[in-house]
Amino acid sequence: MLEHYLSLAVKAIFVENMALAFFLGMCSFLAISKKVETAMGLGFAVVFVLTITCPLNQVIYNRLLREGALAWLPMVGPRMASVDLSFLGFISYIGTIAAMVQIVEMTLDRFVPALYSALGIFLPLIAVNCAILGASLFMVERDYTFAESAVFGFGCGVGFLVAIVALAAIRERMRYSDVPAGLRGLGIAFIITGLMALGFMAFSGIQL
Amino acid sequence: MALKQKQILLDPLISNNPIAVQVLGICSALAVTTRMETAVVMSAAVIFVLCLSNVAVSLLRKGMPPNIRMIVQLSIIASLVIITDQVLKAYLYSVSKQLSVFVGLIITNCIVMGRAEAYAMQNGPLDSFLDGLGNGLGYSLILVATAFFRELLGSGSLFGFSILRPVTEGGWYNPNGLMLLSPGAFFLIALFIWLMRSWKTDLVEAE
Repeated sequence: MLEHYLSLAVKAIFVENMALAFFLGMCSFLAISKKVETAMGLGFAVVFVLTITCPLNQVIYNRLLREGALAWLPMVGPRMASVDLSFLGFISYIGTIAAMVQIVEMTLDRFVPALYSALGIFLPLIAVNCAILGASLFMVERDYTFAESAVFGFGCGVGFLVAIVALAAIRERMRYSDVPAGLRGLGIAFIITGLMALGFMAFSGIQL
Repeated sequence: MALKQKQILLDPLISNNPIAVQVLGICSALAVTTRMETAVVMSAAVIFVLCLSNVAVSLLRKGMPPNIRMIVQLSIIASLVIITDQVLKAYLYSVSKQLSVFVGLIITNCIVMGRAEAYAMQNGPLDSFLDGLGNGLGYSLILVATAFFRELLGSGSLFGFSILRPVTEGGWYNPNGLMLLSPGAFFLIALFIWLMRSWKTDLVEAE
């Protein structure tokens, strides 16, 4: 059983890396990867929020939205068994994510001010990071259980963290390189990401 | 007046392109471009959502309390995306299956949110509509161009019709598998950016 979760996590971190294989969270991936320090901050915030929102959305989908999910309700249960609310998925997931980010922000501010000030402006930005919503949508599409979705969320977050810190480190070194004028900045960042994606494809044969 | 509106519409096509210059909406641009069909459908979906969300945000901009504006914008966008998703599922089921989660991800597509925040919050509905249309077309331009090269070089076809007959079907063309994988998309977009900046040199980043 443990192996199953381990392989799920490894798959989410390396083989199906959110940023490099699915291009999710690309905007912040390219915009906030100029310095390793800030990249770390964003990466940890993503891990944190993903690990919470992915299982939470799993519960919402399975207990409220999917066809027949409302059957657990007392009294009205049997009548609600045929209700299919899955079209409300997008708006509920994004609502959950926005609310969660807000709650995480307030909790950190109150109880762990050091971490809060370290993450700073990155927390609110995460609400519109595609990687967070993407993980929830993949979770629904692949029909993960509660525990699986928690592992998957965590794995996706760590994968994003690894990728963004690596890219930031490479971009810091790029300052000493002579890049053609038209490629400077964004262009070369794309090429580096492409090469990193090539590197990460080497993991695709891994079976645990 | 007419000149200004033409500018609003045409500016985002090249000189202020959402993908190549503003760095918005890259996630979906790379993921759906392995085939022309998905790229065109995705572009249409984004243009639809972008125009209407810009108009809706612009109409509501005076009554929107500033501290809850994000939530309001997100719910407008999410509702439009739900409509798009339902329409695609009803009429273009196979394409909607291929796009998988990326239709839903239009919600967090930075172009939609970015234009609502940067443009529609300050301008009237007509100008916002044109801005949405222009940015949507600029996005589509890159999307379709990338998909054109990826499908042509990656599988030797366009819209599923075989143009360069691949070796496996008795033709001469040996498909370049790299184009279908994610790195191919990154390299292509980097080349587009290079091309664009060699032409419009004022876009070159100082570093």
